[in-house]
Amino acid sequence: MSRRLDVDVAIIGGGLVGSSAALALRGMGMSVALLDKGFCGAQASGVNYGGVRRQGRPLEQLPLSQRAHGIWPRLQALIGIDGEFLRSGHLKLARDEADMAALEAYAEAVAGQGLGLELIGHNGLRERFGWVGGDVFGASFCAGDGHANPRLVSTGFASAARRAGVHVLENTPVKGVTRNGAGFALEAGDDLSLSARFVINSAGAWADSFAAAFGESVPLARIYPSMVVTEPLEAIMTANIGMEGGGIYARQVERGNCVVGGERALPLDDPDFSRPRGEGALAIMNRAAELFPGLRHAHAIRFWSGTEGAIPDRNPVIGPSLTTPGLIHAFGFTGAGFQIAPGVGEVLAELVRDGRSTTPIDAFTIGRFAPVPISTRTDRGSGAGEASEPQHPRETRS
Amino acid sequence: MTARAQPLIVGAGPAGVRAAETLVKAGLRPLVVDEAPACGGQIYRQRLVADERSSTALYGSEASKAERLHSNFAALAGRLDYWPQALLWNLRDGRADIAVAGTNRQIAYDGLILATGATDRILPIPGWTLPGVFTLGGAQIALKAQGCAIGSRVVFLGSGPLLYLVAWQYLKAGVDVAAVLDTAPFNAKLNLLRGLALEPAVILRGMRMTAELRLRGVALHYGVEDVRVEGGRRVEAIMWRQGTRSRKLSCDGIGYGLALRSETQLADLAGCHFRFDQRDRAWLPERDAGGRGSVPGVYLAGDGAAIAGGDAAELAGERAGLALLEDRGLPHDPERAEVIGRALSRIGRFRDILEAAFPFPAHWAKDIADETPVCRCEEISAGEVRGAVGHFEISELNRLKAVSRIGMGRCQGRICGSAAAEILAGETGRGIDAVGRLRSQAPVKPIPLALTMAETGVKAAE
Repeated sequence: MSRRLDVDVAIIGGGLVGSSAALALRGMGMSVALLDKGFCGAQASGVNYGGVRRQGRPLEQLPLSQRAHGIWPRLQALIGIDGEFLRSGHLKLARDEADMAALEAYAEAVAGQGLGLELIGHNGLRERFGWVGGDVFGASFCAGDGHANPRLVSTGFASAARRAGVHVLENTPVKGVTRNGAGFALEAGDDLSLSARFVINSAGAWADSFAAAFGESVPLARIYPSMVVTEPLEAIMTANIGMEGGGIYARQVERGNCVVGGERALPLDDPDFSRPRGEGALAIMNRAAELFPGLRHAHAIRFWSGTEGAIPDRNPVIGPSLTTPGLIHAFGFTGAGFQIAPGVGEVLAELVRDGRSTTPIDAFTIGRFAPVPISTRTDRGSGAGEASEPQHPRETRS
Repeated sequence: MTARAQPLIVGAGPAGVRAAETLVKAGLRPLVVDEAPACGGQIYRQRLVADERSSTALYGSEASKAERLHSNFAALAGRLDYWPQALLWNLRDGRADIAVAGTNRQIAYDGLILATGATDRILPIPGWTLPGVFTLGGAQIALKAQGCAIGSRVVFLGSGPLLYLVAWQYLKAGVDVAAVLDTAPFNAKLNLLRGLALEPAVILRGMRMTAELRLRGVALHYGVEDVRVEGGRRVEAIMWRQGTRSRKLSCDGIGYGLALRSETQLADLAGCHFRFDQRDRAWLPERDAGGRGSVPGVYLAGDGAAIAGGDAAELAGERAGLALLEDRGLPHDPERAEVIGRALSRIGRFRDILEAAFPFPAHWAKDIADETPVCRCEEISAGEVRGAVGHFEISELNRLKAVSRIGMGRCQGRICGSAAAEILAGETGRGIDAVGRLRSQAPVKPIPLALTMAETGVKAAE
């Protein structure tokens, strides 16, 4: 027996982007189905590092990032939990003079964006962040940034969407989606047929196949974060730590566990699943013990990994399909989507309702991958990611 | 030497020792990795320091088995590699990460026999985290390895053969055993009569222990419910209900356990498929009659594969060794394999009977009070688990872990996992088999951040 469901908007992928869009759309009075092949928030949104960070983002992401920045302190009202969001500040460390120069250049480039970056020298770092050891030259501090618990936030948005009346359909993979008259026809799970006026493709690392179904090819790859968690420790880290050039990032949760990342996991036979490499995890553990003297005698009790979608120019795809009216894409956050995702959800809702967003997203068009004549475009794509901050290829965490 | 890497055996209990012996006899040189300082596993655990106690004092009726296992393993010295006090914390694709004396050694292996054993199964009760409450296994280790008791007036609580065995061992050691509280009703014990035909020696031994406990004035209570442990800074008393009657007994030590649970994390990391086992009320790695897991070259033996006890572990270890030899095309003894197969299936039938005699308290999740701590590592109460299930509408155990921190602490769910699954099943009105199982992750146990990497890198251990 087959089930039928008619909605205004069908969302493929119940990650943070999809579920926050669902919640926002429901708030606009639309009927929404949120479909996930597994459990909502179980992939990239729930397995990332948990950085709520504007500092270090490419310039073109900053308007979106600022919009999201306004949402994080309102989580309790929005989804019923605070998601363990802590405005701890984000401290980006410089190993040497060249790193420091890069941080200074970034601070100058974003000066008008309201990030309030503060450059700190070696002595200042020792005074204010004495728990940072190792051979650190200086740092850049963004007091308004922080961190949160991705597992709670991603799951929380989906539960809030359900409570708001969204049809949240888990373990319901979308098997086919086609343009059908004025809208779309979707086949999902074992027996579900949906019709929808709009479709949002927020399927994360699985989004490229849905884009391809509508003639839009995207160079979407998979990356696998590799996190190490210590046993609960007394309060040591007062800020979320990043490193210019990459290599390590770390934060301490309220419970006392320190979360440290900086390496990549490897996929298992089923590439939907991955596992941290032993030597990679050990390397990051040793690095953490060296950089933070307070962790020198700590134990690692847990690793985690997950599957994230990545795009070579390190910017996501956000915006309307260029081939199919009513289809809107939002994926490929390249390991840096957590902070901006609640903002992306609002933008997607605006795109559905108004056909445009009040936040600039042109840089994220899917059109940047289309093969076009050299006379109208260069081969540099959108140029995204080349803006001001030289980023080490390894550092892709949010 | 062949170019192939060594077979790796994890665990030097009865299963691991017999597996090692089988491989060595066939001319292979396995690497045996074990967390304990000496072979024997939990059941034949050796004392840490030599004392005046005899083997009989330590192992009772099983003394000759223990001695034989220890001496057989010692006789293999020089023909295998043995790393005691070594924690194998990560496995993948023929490589293992092993922490030994503060250094990580990554080794390549060809053939993996997992003889990882079991730990006590626990369901939290009010007061179970008070100092003085031990698992039955922990109480036994204190006695066997350290020669000390968990208290001067001790109560044993729970279900399973270990309950009576440990109580009896404490009695023999001269400790005041105040009572044995069995969560199963007395009529469940009548099942044991069915076991007489299959394993008369085991049943008679159990009956003798029970009789001795009674003769020495130890109260045995059956069908114990609503158990609570009371105390300020440590255990002072235990309270329970029997039918309509409430009772209380003062004590300063409690040994508690509800049978055993298999240690399956490494089988999971090795990629083995799991199936739900009704008898053990747990997800266990699939294996064939030879102990072969679903991943070629991975073999499972002993209580780590399914709870069956020490005798079965010895047999299953040998059987897994034979399977490895067969799969390598080496000479092996198919007749011996058949004999072992028959013996193991008889023990299997006996386990069914024991399970009926010591049933799991399946109503626990319904009755457990919200304020009872479920996870000690992360300090999560039953009420918080229920709240997380409700707020996030959780139906699967790994999702419950994600939103509640249950199974995220030092124990990785080894202690709290069964309880969390029971609560989740109870809250969602489904069977325990329907809520899934916690996916294992490295490190299987805590490892120091400063663990240094051995300079040798990846190579076959020699």
